[in-house]
Amino acid sequence: MAEEKKALSPEDRARLKAEFDQDWRKDLRKSVPPKERMKSVRQKMPERPADERNRDFKEVNLGLTAEMAREEARRCLDCPTSPCVTGCPVYIDIPAFVKLIEAGRFVEAAWKIKETNSLPAICGRVCPQETQCEEVCSLKKTGGSPVAIGNLERFVSDFERLEGSVKVPPLPPPTGKKVAIIGAGPAGLTVAGDLAKLGHKVTIFEALHESGGVLIYGIPEFRLPKAILKAEVDYLKRLGVEIRTSFVVGMTATIEDLRADGYEAIFIGSGAGLPNFMKIPGENLVGVYSANEYLTRVNLMRAYDFPDHDTPVFKARTAAVIGGGNVAMDSVRTAKRLGAERAIIVYRRSRAEMPARIEEIHHAEEEGIEFQLLTTPIRYIGDEHGRLRAMECQKMGLGEPDASGRRRPVPIEGSEYTTEVDLVVCAIGQSPNPLIPQTTPGLKMGKWGNVEVDWTTMATNLPGIYAGGDIIRGGATVILAMGDARIAAAEIDKYLRR
Amino acid sequence: MPKILTRERLVPNLHLIEFEAPEVARKCRPGQFVIVMPDERGERIPLSIADWDAGRGSVTAVFLSVGTSTRKLAALRAGDEVPVFVGPLGRASEIGPFGTVVLTAGCFGIGALWPTARALRAAGNKVIAVIDAKADYLVYWKDRYLSVCDKVLFSSRDHALGSGDFVHKELDKVLEAEAPVGRVISIGCTYLMYSTAQATKSLGIKTIVSLNPIMVDGTGMCGACRCTAAGKTKFACVDGPDFDGHEVDWAELFMRRKSYFDDEIRSLCRFEETELP
Repeated sequence: MAEEKKALSPEDRARLKAEFDQDWRKDLRKSVPPKERMKSVRQKMPERPADERNRDFKEVNLGLTAEMAREEARRCLDCPTSPCVTGCPVYIDIPAFVKLIEAGRFVEAAWKIKETNSLPAICGRVCPQETQCEEVCSLKKTGGSPVAIGNLERFVSDFERLEGSVKVPPLPPPTGKKVAIIGAGPAGLTVAGDLAKLGHKVTIFEALHESGGVLIYGIPEFRLPKAILKAEVDYLKRLGVEIRTSFVVGMTATIEDLRADGYEAIFIGSGAGLPNFMKIPGENLVGVYSANEYLTRVNLMRAYDFPDHDTPVFKARTAAVIGGGNVAMDSVRTAKRLGAERAIIVYRRSRAEMPARIEEIHHAEEEGIEFQLLTTPIRYIGDEHGRLRAMECQKMGLGEPDASGRRRPVPIEGSEYTTEVDLVVCAIGQSPNPLIPQTTPGLKMGKWGNVEVDWTTMATNLPGIYAGGDIIRGGATVILAMGDARIAAAEIDKYLRR
Repeated sequence: MPKILTRERLVPNLHLIEFEAPEVARKCRPGQFVIVMPDERGERIPLSIADWDAGRGSVTAVFLSVGTSTRKLAALRAGDEVPVFVGPLGRASEIGPFGTVVLTAGCFGIGALWPTARALRAAGNKVIAVIDAKADYLVYWKDRYLSVCDKVLFSSRDHALGSGDFVHKELDKVLEAEAPVGRVISIGCTYLMYSTAQATKSLGIKTIVSLNPIMVDGTGMCGACRCTAAGKTKFACVDGPDFDGHEVDWAELFMRRKSYFDDEIRSLCRFEETELP
């Protein structure tokens, strides 16, 4: 399902060059010699003390101060090759916004990001910058730590919002074309923003009762406050985007019905809404959750506030979360916050293979999360009421690399042991949700139940229907979904003007 | 926000609620359900669809007032709005020419099975309904059933209507008298559906039940509603709610439905102490 990393288009290159050549940028570059810029150290993100934050759901990271942000921005060499931009799936003009910060022009910096990214306050918080823009930063290549691009993105978008400077760009005259977007997650919100700014009439159809997709049901408040998401969604509404919640495309109306209603183009961003289980004995015991269910109960349904909210969630003494990705980290840190004495990550490979962001793993460790690595559950054991009481695990060794390039876990015979747990959250990944594929005759599917697209245009085999995000990738990241969405939006615009 | 057009108590603890939902009404088919939240703090609760009117643009459900969210729903009036009404969800029931079909229904299931009874009749089947209730005053929609069924039998524990037998005893008699029976369909409490499936098993009559596990999103996203049918884990919201009653792991369903028993009582106590006038 993976695609090739694309090079910058000539138009993007020209856009970067024009900014790079502006006089104020030249002056700023000359004002501090590169050697001095390289001397200063990366600003550390201020965060709440671990033993305080692991008891509530308030945000962990506090954000850079203005002084820290300018100091950090000054570290950027403003190098002519700007490799960071190629590392970004939505090609934000990173040097331009970083240099605006150095110049103290914070609001302009936020607007610069918004030229290519409608959801910067979200990306600044949840993007894996360390494997994208920051990984290819020239400072890193010279042996230093990269510019904290993600923290700077977060700083300016928060600054813009708190200043009340969120501005709606001038919108072109309406084209009269209607576009339907399925799913108000990262992909759908991005397509919606881009197409609304081009003058199209955009309606998002969302199955749940709040917008955001995984940003609302999956990512917890302590990593992405709901107020931030709400502000980003409000911004889209101000661009003229209409959002119809509690509308399940495939059930309330099919794609065919939407076409008949005059939607000329349709974008499918319905996500990876189908949790995977391991198919081991005892998985249906009371106390075994999918990560989707566990996080949905806590985040979307506010079960942390039970009984003031009606939806309950199990509070465990010992919680085991199966998996090593970001969803696993979110789940285990949630279990800790809900009062678990022991909250444990059980992962079948070693730390080096964990797909979670390094920052999330660090935060989890600081908060007292235990890690049982090279371990996999093989059976869950319940009591006479069908409630989970223990799990049997097996130790794993690492063999040859598999298709993912990571070393394959191999069970060690005779290493089985049983440990008491009263909550298990299975966070081993999701598959694309089948509702739309099942109800859209002729839509071409891949072998994982994903919708197949042409990766250069995000077009499906059906004319006028595009797709992006987890419905084409399986479980991936917010920013990859947004990258797909930007390509799809540009192509949908071309299609509507054909 | 979706508006309530009608909300009335049918019999003690059982309520009819009709929502204004023109888009949903156009798509409803027998056996499907909707998910409703009574207020911003409520649970997302699945309700079987008991009727719909595409012309009026409305969808009706019958529900038992049993926990906090259903009590909140039972307290709403015509004109009130709910924050969430979404559907139709789940696969529609199979309506075929089955010959003779026997239905067993109880509680909210009397309402939930009504669209199926109507559709079976329209498809030319001989339709016999066995309505189960603790007492005769708990039976509703008798006239509706009489209008589409060839025979309507009752089993009420107070002997006021029909026999005093449990539904499966009544069913044994019906299955013998009406043989051959092509299909049995059951909606109601888990015990009613379980007993129905037990009663037909030795006779080998295909028996469809509408499972009622705990749900959250209702679109296959969370897996709260996992149940086991024919040895495989299924999601009742997208693979069901209809399953072959002879293939269902009933013990697991009973157990999973009780997952939050303590929390439900705690929630209800708090609701009664703080929010009831």
